[in-house]
Amino acid sequence: MRTVISTETLYSDFVKKVEAISEQTLLSCYQCGKCSAGCPMSFAMDLLPNQIIRLAQLGLEDDIAKANTIWICASCITCSVRCPKGVDLARVMEALRLITSRKNIDQVQIPEIPKETIAQLPQLAMVGGFRKLTA
Amino acid sequence: MNLSYYPGCTLKTKAKNAEDSAIASLAALGIELVELPRWNCCGTVYSFAGDEELHQLAPVRNLIRVKETGSDKVVTICSFCYNTLKRADLLVTSNPDKMHTINTFMEEEIDYEGDVEVVHLLEVLRDDIGWESITEKVQVPLTGLKVAPYYGCTLLRPQDIAIDDVERPTIMGDLLKALGADVVDFPYATECCGSYQIISSPDFVSQRAWDILSSAVRRKADAIVLSCPLCDANLGQTQQEFIQKRSDFNGIPILYFTQLLAVALGLDPAVCRFELNYVDPRPLLESKELLRH
Repeated sequence: MRTVISTETLYSDFVKKVEAISEQTLLSCYQCGKCSAGCPMSFAMDLLPNQIIRLAQLGLEDDIAKANTIWICASCITCSVRCPKGVDLARVMEALRLITSRKNIDQVQIPEIPKETIAQLPQLAMVGGFRKLTA
Repeated sequence: MNLSYYPGCTLKTKAKNAEDSAIASLAALGIELVELPRWNCCGTVYSFAGDEELHQLAPVRNLIRVKETGSDKVVTICSFCYNTLKRADLLVTSNPDKMHTINTFMEEEIDYEGDVEVVHLLEVLRDDIGWESITEKVQVPLTGLKVAPYYGCTLLRPQDIAIDDVERPTIMGDLLKALGADVVDFPYATECCGSYQIISSPDFVSQRAWDILSSAVRRKADAIVLSCPLCDANLGQTQQEFIQKRSDFNGIPILYFTQLLAVALGLDPAVCRFELNYVDPRPLLESKELLRH
């Protein structure tokens, strides 16, 4: 993958937006990889959590959007409690999700969920999922 | 002693087995759980967004409902409700500006001033009753029952709302020991089950469930005990598939900690609502001669 880093992306509104929503300083991360090592969903992710925060530091919004990572994150907060730099990566993931879902883009198509699934799942699975994965 | 109790949605339906066994057990221990006369959804998943207060209205409104009853403490049984209510309280008490915004927005309500303490039922058992007092009330010690406590995420993370040590919790194991059970320590005790991803990535959640369940089985656990209705569904509903596909897996019952508490206190098994458990724990409990009715 060829990645172009420029001052345009580095100082973009995207970086400011992620930092504002997450209330985190992205450059605090020094890429130790502890977050990815402990992430229970990393096996299903295109890019690992530490790669996502690196891309966010560089303002590479499109590369983040191409990966499934932020939509596979289950908000378990394991990364945040283990980060030696105190970065709350779960909040960074949420900010990245919100930047998409605030454009009214859903990751789950609610009308397509089978009736049997709705009957089977506890309410908190559905309400929780809709709140994290839909606009 | 009376305690204000916030049930939440799932405790009234799929997890009625958690609610009924909790209310009966606490009554046997001398505490009446008094359900709030009015309550709404807790918000289910805490919103991490720093730039919007809207998602905090639901949990804060519930805390106002507690305040209206004259109580300064509310207990939850569902781990998710505990997390959202506790974190919302922490957010507004540490951010007076946000508290002001939320109070102003809900001007029809009395103001919330950070005056309600949110606790989980396990904390009540540990801090208000105490393990020794519980042991004294045990009628049917869970002798010979090997149980793996599974904590999941929302009781322990983030650190500032954790009911116990984030990485090495013992609270549920301590309860099981007080009830006479053998506690099985297993490496997945605090790992996420995949949570709400069950609605969008069920195959990935199924992989998580298998890792967790098979680890407990390898450690020779007879059953898993937990507090979260979403963990219960994710670890319970996937088991039929595993039983069909894997000749070496026969299923492992999953119980709410409140159900084993009720069994050990010698209460009528009807309060445990075992018919709602995804894998019926009754054959196991009967084989250990723990169901005495």
